[in-house]
Amino acid sequence: MSESKFWKLLAAEEKVEPSDWMPEAYRQTLIRQIAQHAHSEIIGMQPEGNWITRAPTLRRKAILLAKVQDEAGHGLYLYSAAETLGVTRDQLLELLHTGQQKYSSIFNYPTLSWADMGAIGWLVDGAAITNQVMLKRCSYGPYARAMVKICLEESFHQRQGYESMLALCNGSPEQKAMAQDALDRWWWPSLMMFGPHDSDSTHTEQSMEWKIKRVKNDDLRQQFVDMTVPQADYLGLQIPDPELRWNDERGHYDFGPIDWDEFWAVVKGHGPMSRDRVEHKRRAWEEGAWVREAAAQAALVPA
Amino acid sequence: MTYSVPKIAGEVDTEVASGQTTSLWPLWEVFVRQKRGLSHVHAGSLHAPDAETALLAARDVYTRRVEGVSIWVVASADIVASDPDEAEAFFESIEKPYRHATHYEIPDEVGQM
Repeated sequence: MSESKFWKLLAAEEKVEPSDWMPEAYRQTLIRQIAQHAHSEIIGMQPEGNWITRAPTLRRKAILLAKVQDEAGHGLYLYSAAETLGVTRDQLLELLHTGQQKYSSIFNYPTLSWADMGAIGWLVDGAAITNQVMLKRCSYGPYARAMVKICLEESFHQRQGYESMLALCNGSPEQKAMAQDALDRWWWPSLMMFGPHDSDSTHTEQSMEWKIKRVKNDDLRQQFVDMTVPQADYLGLQIPDPELRWNDERGHYDFGPIDWDEFWAVVKGHGPMSRDRVEHKRRAWEEGAWVREAAAQAALVPA
Repeated sequence: MTYSVPKIAGEVDTEVASGQTTSLWPLWEVFVRQKRGLSHVHAGSLHAPDAETALLAARDVYTRRVEGVSIWVVASADIVASDPDEAEAFFESIEKPYRHATHYEIPDEVGQM
């Protein structure tokens, strides 16, 4: 296959598959993005894993376990997709463990109360769905296919989160205050998940040309705000943005400026949990070494 | 963009060398049969040290909902594939419409055929 065939596939809205010719920069961009996405799913188990033993009911505990297990599964689908680009899983894990590859900044915030489990499902998974629905139309076949499966499961994540918030908001004043506090802390980091303004984003344009990215950061963020504000209203919670109001002319909600200093600080590794998350991941990997070795040895024994 | 971390000013991408195929565990392709009477359909892939472990891992990775009734795992290395660039050699071209039922006109009076 040739370069002209590659561009013809993109123009025809057809998918690029692993054995096709592709520009080296396209391959590297995908490796970086899919690896970051996979790492995010894996690291994303930690903030929620933090509350499994303290879930308020057996039902909520079963739900949380299922959700965290899904995140592990999503990480594995995505590592598989990354591997089709000619890299190994061990290479990618090494890059995560040494801090050379990042994961979404959202997971560098701590989960301080049970209400954070609701807020993460509702807001963080809600933001993730907004992005991942777009990625189903990504030009790289294995990535797009992984997204189809992931989006189905994310829908459960968001709905259980919202239902959990609803239970708190219909509960005692203390429970409702807990829900409000969680919204206060997770709202702005959730908006930051969509990344810098497109005018400040170095890779948006190239990614759009390659059809890896199909919708701009600011448009996705607006979509998310428009979808979420009425949901907050229904809960009777206040979104922590004094500038938030409906704009009849635009047909969208206007919202206040994002604190980009905080955003970049967390990207640079100064998030409240940045160091703990990678340390914990590295420790789990090292302590699991004997399991991997034992499994490899057992495979050598004839059945 | 969600899950994609923007570059810090001056940050250089870590180039990931491709073409390295040695991994600790071999790769397996997973196929799931949705229900009796249907074929097994490719669900994805995973790494495992042997076939038995691959089957157990497939259960955790690909069948956490009610996906089906049966799983196959096949070592990826055992799959022999055609080259998509040589599709013409493996697939009939559209120049032979007479191979399709719709090529033939049957009068309406004859009824459904």
